[in-house]
Amino acid sequence: MSSPAHAAHHAPQGFIRKYVFSLDHKVIGIQYYFLGLFSVFVGMTLSLLMRFHMVNPNASVSWFAKIWPTAAAGGVMTPELYLSLMTMHGTIMVFFVLTTVPQSGFGNYFLPIQIGAEDMAFPVLNMMSFWTTFLALVIMIAAFFVQGGAPLAGWTAYPPLSGAGRITGPGEGMGQNLWILSIAVFCGASLMGAINFIATLVDLRCKGMSLMRMPLTCWTWLVTAILGLLGFAVLLAAGVLLLLDRTVGTSFFLPGGLYINDQIIANHKGGSPLLWQHLFWFFGHPEVYIAILPGMGVTSQLLSTFSRKPIFGYKAMVYAILSIGFLGFLVWGHHMFMSGMNPYSAMAFATLTMCIGVPSAIKTFNWIGTLWNGKIHFTTSMLFALGFVSLFVTGGVSGIFLGQPALDLYFHDTYFVVGHFHMIMGVAAIFGMFAGTFYWFPKMFGRMLNEPLGKIHFYLTFVGVYAIFTPMHFLGLVGNPRRYSDFSNVEYLAGVIPVHSFMSWAAYITAAAQIIFVINLFWSMKKGPIAPANPWDSTTLEWSIPSPPPFDNFAGVHPVVNHGPYEYSVPGAPQDFIMQTDPPEVHSES
Amino acid sequence: MLLAPIVWALTCVICYFFAVKTWWFPPPINAHGIAYDAQFMRTLIVVGVIFFLAQFALGYVIVRFRDDGGRASYSHGNNRLESVWTTATAILFLGLVVMGTKIWAGVHFDEAPPDAIAIEVMAKQFSWNFRYAGPDGKFGHTELKLINDASGNPFGLDDKDPAGKDDVVSASLKVPVGKPIRLILHSRDVIHNFFVRELRMKQDIVPGMEIPLHFQADKPGVYEVPCSELCGLGHYQMRTTMQVMSEADFEQWKQQQAQK
Repeated sequence: MSSPAHAAHHAPQGFIRKYVFSLDHKVIGIQYYFLGLFSVFVGMTLSLLMRFHMVNPNASVSWFAKIWPTAAAGGVMTPELYLSLMTMHGTIMVFFVLTTVPQSGFGNYFLPIQIGAEDMAFPVLNMMSFWTTFLALVIMIAAFFVQGGAPLAGWTAYPPLSGAGRITGPGEGMGQNLWILSIAVFCGASLMGAINFIATLVDLRCKGMSLMRMPLTCWTWLVTAILGLLGFAVLLAAGVLLLLDRTVGTSFFLPGGLYINDQIIANHKGGSPLLWQHLFWFFGHPEVYIAILPGMGVTSQLLSTFSRKPIFGYKAMVYAILSIGFLGFLVWGHHMFMSGMNPYSAMAFATLTMCIGVPSAIKTFNWIGTLWNGKIHFTTSMLFALGFVSLFVTGGVSGIFLGQPALDLYFHDTYFVVGHFHMIMGVAAIFGMFAGTFYWFPKMFGRMLNEPLGKIHFYLTFVGVYAIFTPMHFLGLVGNPRRYSDFSNVEYLAGVIPVHSFMSWAAYITAAAQIIFVINLFWSMKKGPIAPANPWDSTTLEWSIPSPPPFDNFAGVHPVVNHGPYEYSVPGAPQDFIMQTDPPEVHSES
Repeated sequence: MLLAPIVWALTCVICYFFAVKTWWFPPPINAHGIAYDAQFMRTLIVVGVIFFLAQFALGYVIVRFRDDGGRASYSHGNNRLESVWTTATAILFLGLVVMGTKIWAGVHFDEAPPDAIAIEVMAKQFSWNFRYAGPDGKFGHTELKLINDASGNPFGLDDKDPAGKDDVVSASLKVPVGKPIRLILHSRDVIHNFFVRELRMKQDIVPGMEIPLHFQADKPGVYEVPCSELCGLGHYQMRTTMQVMSEADFEQWKQQQAQK
């Protein structure tokens, strides 16, 4: 099959073209991966500071005062500092970790290879997309250092809190402007990436790679790209409007009659705070699937590979991914049951929300079905994939409570919600990334990660995240509101302070365990055992080429695909796996 | 392999704490709350069974189907099983939503009874104010530019309007027991949220909107009202109480306030 990328570029010479402004999708994928790795440690550090403050709101720590001379004068963190840490934790984790690593990182590296292409459809656009994301991260981090500090309106940035300027609180001046600007730039980068993914997948599949022969990872990257294309466009528009409200005095989101901080706000009239929520969640809900879908793809790939069995119900999985993508755009209202929107529409959103639970349940059943009668190999990547399934179930079932408007009357904005989304879009998605890392590291870096270290890291993290996030559901039952920097003002919360302490300790220990991962990653990159081309006896195209792959992936050869993606343990075949590129006579396809 | 006992242990610990109710809702104080708790328990049972079975099955396959040599069985799935579990989950999930509809309708579709006591709520960074109409049953005219928190006029009452002369303003909510109440929720700056655990009710308060919320409290007592929508640096301090009192005490309280 002719491809636009074919012969488009030769291996570049020189450090800058090779590693910095590279057009190679593999280098760009690794750049995204490390951008995400940096961001996840920033985000995690912020969360540890938050967990410390919540249980020690009056503690004085001398180095806090050194970092934040005003916001932590005397070493005691102010409530506004807590809120800005919280805003930045959520924002950095959602945008610069959950959105970038699974899709732009692994997707960039492996989508072209898994479909037999030499590169992405638009290599220059790909490079621009990464560097635009990098710019967005720099702008976001800069928000910490301007006067007033980072914004305190949360990652959802609801106006008027986020729209009326400095008057609503510290951080709502320049900090909030930079936040919006960063998000807008990030939206631009994501749109470039999404177009590239879709074009690549549609145009550059090699001979024999029909849609229904694609690995499920490719399906999830495709649907994620479509979600990104439609979702980020809306967020970009919303962000621009919010910035206009703040800077040139428009009133898209600000109503008349505001009286803030002893001042009449006379220059705004006729806007709607709910409009922002509709626009934000029209992006925000699909964003949940942007974070989790690639993890589902990786999990499917790994469960099949390491139980040495074809995926259970490949077609059902594809339809489930497609229907999650479609329904994902119709359920945003479930974030707004308590917002004051028309209560009748809540019934429609609730019904659609339960519908989206169905394909999610199908996927879980199919994963168990894949493992059933398998021969499970417990590699570290497989452990993370199994952990993903467990966390996905735990995080998913709490959605059955929250999806009902009637029950949301109590749970909305309590820790029950915090527990729910951290389980599913937070740690389940991160387990997908760890699984992908342990599975693909040999291909990306040509060396193997250390398995015993990996397993220790897995078990500590698995138990750790349960210890951090399941107690949150009980806090929700007690009615603990989220986004509180201190619980001492509410009498009924006196009894749950020990639970918060427990969660904080669990967080410190789990965070410390991540050092094992970092050591493993960097040590193995230099010193790990040399990886063979196909260390896991996998079937997909990336395992048919050397580790790491040559510059143009297939060394000038056009691969031809003859088999489905998960042909494991085929009766009569010489080995227990048939690679997608194996000649057709190895086995007549079922 | 080690993963299976860990998954089972975690599952049992979680189920244990849901069963013994160490951390739980406070008792409800009205019929809506009782219905709410019943819907919660129905959902908890469905969800609990799904959760327990799924985690247990995961642990089981990990133990049962670990690699012990030989080949895995070759299968691409089973369409009949797919349609069975698709239909079953769809019926269960949608059934739960349908069963909860009445609770939601009671709060949001039904109008407050005509004899409900109207109370205006004014939320602001970071405190609450409540206004009662007084004996004339009419709220007085208010104006933004008359707002003065320091002199005790958070609503901006216009003292030229006779209807406002007898209005009662209070920093905490007082309601008579067993009487329908209709709150008129206003915010003057950012979004806040009115939440009383014992009522099993929550509602955002949005500037520029007038959102009604009606309820009845059947058990005297003092209940906390913590702001439940991020409103700024003092969000964690934005708390008041709702006192449910006998009708006689309520009338007496109002009279005392009016004389102040």
